[in-house]
Amino acid sequence: MSGHVSTYEPKSGFTKWLDARLPIVRLAHDSFVDFPTPKNLNYWYTFGGILAVCLMVQIITGIVLAMHYTSTVDQAFASVERIMRDVPYGWLLRYTHAVGASMFFLAVYIHMFRGLYYGSYKAPREVLWILGCVIFLLMMATAFLGYMLPWGQMSLHGANVILNLFGAIPLIGEPIKIWLQGGPSVGNATLQRFFSLHYLLPFMIAGVVILHVWALHVPGNNNPTGVEVKDVKKDTVPFHPYYTVKDAFAIVLFLGVFAAFVFYAPNVLGHADNYIEANPLVTPAHIVPEWYLLPFYAILRAITFDIGPIDAKLLGVIAMFASIGVLFVLPWLDTSKVRSLRYRPVAKQFFLIFVAACLLLGLCGAKNPDDAVFSLGSEKLVVSYTDADGVASERTFGEYSEAVAFEDSLPSAQNPSMSVKPAPAFTFLTLGQLLTLYYFAYFLVILPWLGLKERPKKEPESIAKSVLPKGRNTSLVAVPAE
Amino acid sequence: MSEVQTGTDTGHGGEHVDEERRDFIHIMTGATAAAGVVMFAWPLIDQMNPALDTKALSSLDVDISKIPLGGEARVLVGGQPFLIRHRTEREIAKAREEDSVQMRDPEPDEERLIPGPDGNLRPEILVVSGACTHLGCVPVGPAQGNVGDYGGWYCPCHGSHYDTSGRIRKGPAPTNLPVPDYRYISDTVIQISL
Repeated sequence: MSGHVSTYEPKSGFTKWLDARLPIVRLAHDSFVDFPTPKNLNYWYTFGGILAVCLMVQIITGIVLAMHYTSTVDQAFASVERIMRDVPYGWLLRYTHAVGASMFFLAVYIHMFRGLYYGSYKAPREVLWILGCVIFLLMMATAFLGYMLPWGQMSLHGANVILNLFGAIPLIGEPIKIWLQGGPSVGNATLQRFFSLHYLLPFMIAGVVILHVWALHVPGNNNPTGVEVKDVKKDTVPFHPYYTVKDAFAIVLFLGVFAAFVFYAPNVLGHADNYIEANPLVTPAHIVPEWYLLPFYAILRAITFDIGPIDAKLLGVIAMFASIGVLFVLPWLDTSKVRSLRYRPVAKQFFLIFVAACLLLGLCGAKNPDDAVFSLGSEKLVVSYTDADGVASERTFGEYSEAVAFEDSLPSAQNPSMSVKPAPAFTFLTLGQLLTLYYFAYFLVILPWLGLKERPKKEPESIAKSVLPKGRNTSLVAVPAE
Repeated sequence: MSEVQTGTDTGHGGEHVDEERRDFIHIMTGATAAAGVVMFAWPLIDQMNPALDTKALSSLDVDISKIPLGGEARVLVGGQPFLIRHRTEREIAKAREEDSVQMRDPEPDEERLIPGPDGNLRPEILVVSGACTHLGCVPVGPAQGNVGDYGGWYCPCHGSHYDTSGRIRKGPAPTNLPVPDYRYISDTVIQISL
């Protein structure tokens, strides 16, 4: 924390010499060894460390893959297949990189939900939270760019769908799209620049991560009670060994899950279509983004109506970007003085619904919007024909035999034809629209309003009091085992 | 400078300091540096626009005599898909009959055709963009076994149905499949330009 006095004492002649010139060992000592950390952090707080590992894994495997990858439309797909078949351990490196992207997002979502639950975005940690949102945005951009590189069907057509979103912006949309593509369509120029930027962005993420950790170390960690550290001696323990070991244990468990995916189900989170080389003349039947972008894709598709002069397509794009943008202003939307939802019984309920809504939005993004969540009737048969006056008419039947009898009774001059009318249903589109409404209501209505109305439970006096049973001596100070 | 000084004043060492002259030098230096940054930024931004060779590949000659009746040719011009449909008499008649039906983007079939070398419209040849106006997927047609509810094209991505004139009839797409800039070079060859 900012007020913490450095306890680093260089011992050897060299470290003394270095400390007077570049106090880098002191910085590391104060940041990761003797950093006072609330003693009550639970396992939800280990995902920061897990995310650091994820970023390292992606950068290391990515740099190695770039040694074998060719970023031209003629060779990209083949070079990825060559990595899989011919390059020593290429399969392992590529699967680790591809699964690693999913693991990275899994960890970041848990990390973000943890921040939401314990109110880690509230003063004085607003900048810390906003930097986290910037990292999330950069991660999504990096993942999108990287998904294009194998030049499979999903790469090409997914990129096409997303770049077309820019075309929805009035007036400047089309020139921006052409500028991003480097040509009239997604092609070689697009692939080359996407590779260049995909290589760049992880290092920008690493840069913002440094700022994120810096912004964390000024006010210090939040904690599950949301109560600030009052007495450094009673409320905190040094980061090392307490949290280095706790984080390391969580990292090992997480890497176990990671390895299970890499070795037993490396493709389960991807799409089979991306193993077909890109063909601009054939669109895959279902273009869906990777799972971690599905909730935002569902919000994009939920807007099917125009509002005033703004058409549905542009509104969908606005809603999708707003769903991420709203996170940036969250510190000023939540009006409650109490940080942790442990002491906000009503807000806790709404939060759990919010988590469920995000997961269900993911489901809506994966499904065909017109498919039924559940059906509200049965399918009907419709016979359409042109009646004697030359007007297009139709009649609806429940039974096939009746429909056929009617169709046969019409003269062929009336052009009768039969089709199936789907049953009325509660569709994934409607579900997605309701969930989108809740997503925005949670941030824009529920949190601002609830902070003023809700009566929170009593917060503990201090972190130390919250972790010790009642009646025990609270002056116990943890001492690292020697 | 830590102290606020105005006009002509005396500096720390007691010598004469002309503040206005200093301000002028500061503003000129800053402005020159800013102009330099902008001038260097523009090439960095503009390099992402289509290159000359990319632009040069923006038209294509297509032999339409090989397209079977009721079938279509799918071509790429500058990477963008275009559909050239050889329409049957029935498809042409259907497109014309439905001119008066209510549509999202009303446009008579005749306005979506161009005259051949003899000056007469060529209703049997319909040329449209192969990018669904919703989000740019390529609609499927007769060769893929699905022509949608209106006999033209069907976009499998989000379910837009186009009729035999390429007009949007059902689904999320906002406008008709646009007719590209093209002309007849001869009776059997058309040139499509972006």
